[in-house]
Amino acid sequence: MDKLINDFSFGLFFWQILLFVLLLLLLRKFAWKPILNAVNEREDGIKNALAAAEEAKKEMQNVTADSEKLLKEARAEREAMLKEARELKEKMISDSKELARVEGDKMIKQAQATIESEKKAAVADIKSQVANLSVEIAEKVIKEQLSNKDKQLKLVEDMLGDIKLN
Amino acid sequence: MEIPGIVGGGLIVIGVGIGIGRIGGSAMDAIARQPEATGKIQTAMLIAAALIEGIGFAALFVS
Amino acid sequence: MTKPLEIKSGFAFFFLKECRTFAPIFRDRYFLSFMHINYFTKFLFIGLLFFSGTIFAQGVEHHIDVPEGANNAGMEEEIDEDIEHHIQDSYSFTFFSDSETGKHYGFPLPVILWDDGLHVFSSSKFHHGETVAESNGNHYKLYHNKVYKTDAAGTINYDEEHHPTNAKPLDFSITKNVVMMFVTGLLMFLLFAGLAKSFKKGPIATGAGRFFEPIVLYIRDDIAKPNIGPKYKKFMPYLLTVFFFIWFLNLFGLTPLGVNVTGNIAVTFALAIITFIITQFSGNKNYWKHIFWMPGVPVPMKFILAPIELLGVFIKPFALMIRLYANIMAGHVVLMSIIALVFFVQNWIGGGLSLVLAFFLSIIELLVAALQAYIFTLLSALYFGFAVEEHDHEEAH
Repeated sequence: MDKLINDFSFGLFFWQILLFVLLLLLLRKFAWKPILNAVNEREDGIKNALAAAEEAKKEMQNVTADSEKLLKEARAEREAMLKEARELKEKMISDSKELARVEGDKMIKQAQATIESEKKAAVADIKSQVANLSVEIAEKVIKEQLSNKDKQLKLVEDMLGDIKLN
Repeated sequence: MEIPGIVGGGLIVIGVGIGIGRIGGSAMDAIARQPEATGKIQTAMLIAAALIEGIGFAALFVS
Repeated sequence: MTKPLEIKSGFAFFFLKECRTFAPIFRDRYFLSFMHINYFTKFLFIGLLFFSGTIFAQGVEHHIDVPEGANNAGMEEEIDEDIEHHIQDSYSFTFFSDSETGKHYGFPLPVILWDDGLHVFSSSKFHHGETVAESNGNHYKLYHNKVYKTDAAGTINYDEEHHPTNAKPLDFSITKNVVMMFVTGLLMFLLFAGLAKSFKKGPIATGAGRFFEPIVLYIRDDIAKPNIGPKYKKFMPYLLTVFFFIWFLNLFGLTPLGVNVTGNIAVTFALAIITFIITQFSGNKNYWKHIFWMPGVPVPMKFILAPIELLGVFIKPFALMIRLYANIMAGHVVLMSIIALVFFVQNWIGGGLSLVLAFFLSIIELLVAALQAYIFTLLSALYFGFAVEEHDHEEAH
C-alpha cells in the first residue's frame, strides 16, 4: 500500500483525466456516434433487405400457390367437362340405343303386324285362290266326273266328306 | 517472532490460485458438457475469475 | 509484494548461484538431459520463486561462497535500477543510455511545476537527476524520479527512514507517460475518425478500420448489450474509448519504447474513478435501494447488508484499478527479469533459454494486454448494468 501511495503521481493523474475526458468527448462526437450510427444503419438495411426478401419469397409462394390453385381448378374443370361429355355421350348412346330399340321394336311390331296382315291377306288370297282352283278343279273334275253318274255321286260324297274334315 | 508480510502474500496467492483454478476447471467441465454454450461460459468464467483476482490483488497490496 | 524488485532479483541471484555450483557436472554429456530438466523445472516454479524468492535467495547466499560476489551485486543493482527506470514514469523520453560514458539517448520533456507561481523548464536541466535545476529563483532536484525543492546546492534532507523531507512542488510535468497517452489519443482519434469517415462513403469500412470495426461490434454485442441491457447506448462511447485506450497503451508497453502507462497506479486510478463516477451518476432508484435497503431479505439482514454493499461500491473500482496496474506491472517486471537472466547466466544455454522464455512470455503478455483491456471494459459494463438495471419483480431477490 505504501508503495502504491508512493508511486502515485498527482500530475499524471491530472493529465490522464484531462486527456482521457477530452479523448472521450472528441471520439464520441467524431468517431463513435458516426460509426455506431453507420453500423446501425447498415444493420437496419440488412434487416430490411432480409425482410423484403422474405416478403418477396412469401409473395412468390402466394403466386405459385395461386397459379397452382388455378391450374388445379382448370384441371378439375376439364375433368368435370370430360366427365360431363362422357356422361352425355353415354347418355346419348343409351338414349339412341333405347330409341333404336323402341323404334326397332315398333318397326318389328309393325312388320309383324304387316306380316300378319299380309299373311292373313295371303292366306285369304290363297284361300280364295285355293277356292277358285278348287272350284276350277272341281269344275274340271266335275265336268269329267259328271260325265258319269256314279262318279258324280261319289265325288259329291267325297267332297262333302272333305268339307266336313276341313 | 514476527511473521513477514510476504507470508500473508503467499497465503493470498494460494487462496486465489485455488479459487481461480476451481473456476477454470469447472468452466472446462461445463464447456466439455455443453460445447455450444462456450461463449457464455467463458464470459461468466472471466467475470468470476476477475472478481476473485481483484480481491486477491487488493489483499496482496494491502499486506 | 511490497517490494517486487528485490524479490525478483533474489530469484535471479538464486538462479545464478545454482548454475555456478553445478557447472562441473554439466560438462558431463550424460547429465545434459538431466540439466535440461533441471532448468525446466526451475522455470516451472518461477511463480513460487517470485513470491518467496527473497527469503530463499538470502539463505542460499549464506551457504555458498561466491568469489565474484561484489561484481554480481553490482550487476544486480544495475539491473534493478534499469527495471525500476523502465516501469516508472520519467521526465525525459530516453530510448537507451550508455552507462560507461553516462550518455542518454532520447529527448527531454517540459517540466511544469506549481510552486507559488508557474515554473516551466526543460527536463534537460536536471541532467537525469545529476544536477540541480533553477527556475525563477527556485531550485529543484530529481531524487528517485521525483522532483524536490532544494537549496542552490541541491541538498536533500532525510528522515530516519531515509525518506526525503524536502518540499514537493505540485507537479504537472509532461512526462513520458503523458506523451504516450497523448500519442495514443492522437492515434485513436485518427484511426476511428478515419473509420467514421470511411463509413460515409459506403456501408463497408475501408483500410485499417476493417480490422477495428469487428472489435467495435464485439464490444457492442458481447460486452455492452448483454451486461447493461437496453440502455447500453449511453455507455458505448466510454466503453469503446476505455477499451481501445487500455489496449493500445498495453501494446505500447510491450514495444521497446519502454513505456509502462497502464502499469502506473495514477493512470489506472484515473480510469477506475471515471468508471466509478459514471456508475454512481447513472444509478437509478433501484440501484440505491439494493445498496441501502436490500429488498427481499429480513429486516435485520438489511442492516448488515447495507455497509457491506456500500463497501462493495468502493471495492469494485478499487479492484478495477489494482487489477490493471498489477497485471501490467507484473508482466513488465517478469519479462524484464527474464531478459536480465542473460547477464547472470553467461552461457549459451541460459541465454538461449532466456530468449525463448522471453519470447513466449511476450506472446502471453500480448494476450494479457487484450485480456486486461477486455476485463476492464467488461467489468465497467457490468457495473453500469447494475446501476441502470430495472427490477419489476422485487420478490425475486
